[in-house]
Amino acid sequence: MHELAIAGHVVDIAARHADGRKVTKVYLKVGHLRQVVPSALSFSFDLVAQGTPVEDAELALEEVPAAGLCRDCGTESHLKTFPLQCQSCGGLDLEITQGEELYVESLEMEEARTKT
Amino acid sequence: MHRTAVKKVVLEGVLDANDALAEANRQQFDHAGNFVVNMMSSPGAGKTALLEHTLDRTLGKVRIGVLEGDVQTTLDADRLARFHTPIVQVNTDAGFGGECHLDANMVRSGLAELPLHDIDVLVIENVGNLVCPAEFKVGEDARVMVYSITEGEEKPLKYPLMFRSADLVLVNKVDLLPHLHFDLELFLRNLDAVNPGVERILTSAATGEGVDEWCSWLTERAGV
Repeated sequence: MHELAIAGHVVDIAARHADGRKVTKVYLKVGHLRQVVPSALSFSFDLVAQGTPVEDAELALEEVPAAGLCRDCGTESHLKTFPLQCQSCGGLDLEITQGEELYVESLEMEEARTKT
Repeated sequence: MHRTAVKKVVLEGVLDANDALAEANRQQFDHAGNFVVNMMSSPGAGKTALLEHTLDRTLGKVRIGVLEGDVQTTLDADRLARFHTPIVQVNTDAGFGGECHLDANMVRSGLAELPLHDIDVLVIENVGNLVCPAEFKVGEDARVMVYSITEGEEKPLKYPLMFRSADLVLVNKVDLLPHLHFDLELFLRNLDAVNPGVERILTSAATGEGVDEWCSWLTERAGV
């Protein structure tokens, strides 16, 4: 629903870090536990990037699966669905170790700067 | 012309800018000694109605300020005006693009009009929405979700982020239980599936049931 706002932030972050260079690829990590619809984000990204140094850049979206460390038995489990449960003891008291990411990991840019 | 690709590591959170503003809000709240609640729900679940009861019951005992968030209108702020407590209305369509949620920036814009040093508790009544508000920290101490039993039993499973982010769930409109095919036990099981053991209080803004318990929860945490 707010993929447009998120796309806006991604473009801002990429443009700032590009520092005048043209961006060709943006690597974004999105955890499964975030409420982001990948196709909506890609669509929004293409839209928002127009007219910026990020225009026509490829959005490489890496979905990060959810995982958690059980506070009862210490097992780390892959968490596919709710309830988020330890695969070993069935415990529900988990520390989420993966799946809540939403960050720009890196960029690929052209060497030549498009503006000084 | 051959252009080589340059790779640059960024590692910047998409919502870092919002979180930085939330932290700035947090520091203002700490400085003023405020306990801040971010109140969220679907439209019509009963946030404002419960707030009317809350302000009524705590008048003279706890100083509660309200920051009202809506896309449009001052209707909610107007409803609460009779309690003569500091209230500010933030409309997301007044310069914020008509957003479906409050973010830290919007909350910050409202803080300038609130006498934070003259209140103990600030309730931020978020825009009615079961999806987006949960994504945006605004500098709050606690998140209170209002859920009405007219919404059915399965919503915790459909909207896990909102329910997971709650510190307290007010299960509202319980006066309607005799009239609905609502399975309260099933709802509570679903709630525990996404937020195991989260505190919950059964309330009715219509009859006042549970309001004292909710007010106690609030005043205890506010340290008043």
